Amino acid sequence: MKLVYLDNNATTQPAPEVIAAIQPFLTEHWGNPSSMHAFGGKVAAPVETARAKVAALIGADPSEIVFTGCGTESDNMAIRGAVDAAHGRARVIVSRVEHPAVLSPCRYLQQAGHSVVELGVDEGGSLDMARFEEELEKGPAIVSLMWANNETGVLFPLRKIARMVKDAGGVMHTDAVQAVGKLPIDVSKVPVDMLSLSAHKLHGLKGVGALYVRRGTRLQTFLLGGHQEGGRRGGTENVPGIVGLGKAAELAAAHLADGEMDRVASLRDRLESGLLAACPDTRVNGDRAHRLPNTANISFEFIEGEAILYHLSDIGVCASSGSACTSGSLEPSHVIRAMGVPFTAAHGSIRFSLSRYNTRDDVDFVIERMPAIVERLRKLSPFTAHP
Amino acid sequence: MWNYTERVMDHFRNPRNVGLIPDADGVGEVGSLACGDALKLTFKLDEKKERIVDAKFQTFGCASAIASSSALTEILKGMRLEDAERVTNQNIAEFLGGLPEQKMHCSVMGREALEVAIANFRTGRTGKKILAGKVVCTCFGVTEEEIERVVGDNDLTTVDQVTNYCKAGGGCGHCKVDIMNIIDRIQREKKRKAAADAATGPRRLTGLQRIRLIEETVNREIRPLLQRDGGDIELIDVDGNRVVVSFRGMCAQCHVAEFTLRDVVQAKLREFVSEDLVVEEDKA
Repeated sequence: MKLVYLDNNATTQPAPEVIAAIQPFLTEHWGNPSSMHAFGGKVAAPVETARAKVAALIGADPSEIVFTGCGTESDNMAIRGAVDAAHGRARVIVSRVEHPAVLSPCRYLQQAGHSVVELGVDEGGSLDMARFEEELEKGPAIVSLMWANNETGVLFPLRKIARMVKDAGGVMHTDAVQAVGKLPIDVSKVPVDMLSLSAHKLHGLKGVGALYVRRGTRLQTFLLGGHQEGGRRGGTENVPGIVGLGKAAELAAAHLADGEMDRVASLRDRLESGLLAACPDTRVNGDRAHRLPNTANISFEFIEGEAILYHLSDIGVCASSGSACTSGSLEPSHVIRAMGVPFTAAHGSIRFSLSRYNTRDDVDFVIERMPAIVERLRKLSPFTAHP
Repeated sequence: MWNYTERVMDHFRNPRNVGLIPDADGVGEVGSLACGDALKLTFKLDEKKERIVDAKFQTFGCASAIASSSALTEILKGMRLEDAERVTNQNIAEFLGGLPEQKMHCSVMGREALEVAIANFRTGRTGKKILAGKVVCTCFGVTEEEIERVVGDNDLTTVDQVTNYCKAGGGCGHCKVDIMNIIDRIQREKKRKAAADAATGPRRLTGLQRIRLIEETVNREIRPLLQRDGGDIELIDVDGNRVVVSFRGMCAQCHVAEFTLRDVVQAKLREFVSEDLVVEEDKA
């Protein structure tokens, strides 16, 4: 059975070039870059090369890149580090559709006595800008708003948002884990202070991420330990992971430049319009005009997401769902609920997320096979649009 | 992915008895689109209205909700109505070779639909679930009576378990304290009943009954306490008033095991079986 992998917002296939690049660091060059001997010292330079490649992908200076253990750590480091550096009670502004890596630390901070504001979104997933402006007028704040939503792909207008935050004297962090590698990002043009990214979302390895920290940003060290990363993050460097992230960043920059993501976008559009045409009572969740090029979030009304995913899995298709059952919780995803998706559609939302490794055959296979799955589950369902 | 059994996957992939019986004797509808799962059960009785001859279902929900509904109809077909009244959610879960803990509410939905359908046949009352009594969880519309039922049927001891079994407490979470109070009350009542049975027990216990009661007490009252700390216990022998046990797991190396032996094992056995029991550890 052929694997049709359309779950790239969950994780991506490590690029063969990435695997080749890390190989020597698993076998020959396994030293510690901090060591005072030439053997360890040999791996310090490749780590710095990787840093330069990551910096180049987002228009930063290499000294502004801190390697971390994952995107979640980057988010924690940014938000908790900024709050600690503010000394005293901080005001944090986030959106209700942030990833748990942002929402959970914010709720922790709230319990510790800091003030946290969660901004709502409209039915298309776009930020409530009027409310945001009101909150900014109340005084400086630490703001964390995602570049692109992991479930719907919807983009927040980061350039405008970051400008507003800086004008109001605040600190701006963005969780760009889903955006980096899929969109051109240039921090020399978008005045964010901090930006989180994760290697395994752009064809690198799991277990390594990075935080961009603009020079001059006040940030308390989050992971306390040794002097690694200029004292900004303790812990021996994940050298193979970092080298892999550097390679993945280099590849992403090249693919962005040669229009590869436009091809992915056209595949996504083909999948989306194909499914909407082939399956009645379906809807797209999220503002289609302002989205990542690779993500489609489609609700199949009157049926449930987990059941759809298991039938897809039986034919080799990997996707994910915002339904209650897939999360182990009892309610649909917080993103779907924040957007006010009607309950006929909330439990049947399926996210297809593509990558440059997908082909037209992948997409056409899903368009061909999906109607039978939907039909089958609708026959089982006591609900219908056409009683 | 969930760790579903082969039987769950089989009943999900090839659900039995899908549809509605047009001239059904009983109809039971529970759940809703908003809740994320729903089941409509219909059954047909024989001429004498004693035995279920056919059962069909329609389900909106996840793989285990579909499998549980399919299993329920398979259990019901050919069953006497009075036996059907005693079908529990555990019967449904067992039929499927077990369900993940977080999915037990799917089996409870089956039992609820069956109850509503039987009530519909017996009383002519609506075939839809009506919320009777005090609603504890307003997010999922779960009543006190339903929570008492799942706690009793499945011997639940924590709020998380109750949420897994009937969804109560899985929304805003405001009712968690109420749920905890219900659990405490049901478990207290259970213990009191067990103690009362034990108090009147010894005089009329045969040797075999006495051994069985000791075994039950070890399994129900003692083992869970030890397992909480990574230990376990095995009943080796019962000889007159002498009960021989052996500690396992963490208890086996525990330097306070002798206190556990006296203050937990012996105390519990004396409480639930007989005051004259003496517990010894098998060191062999």
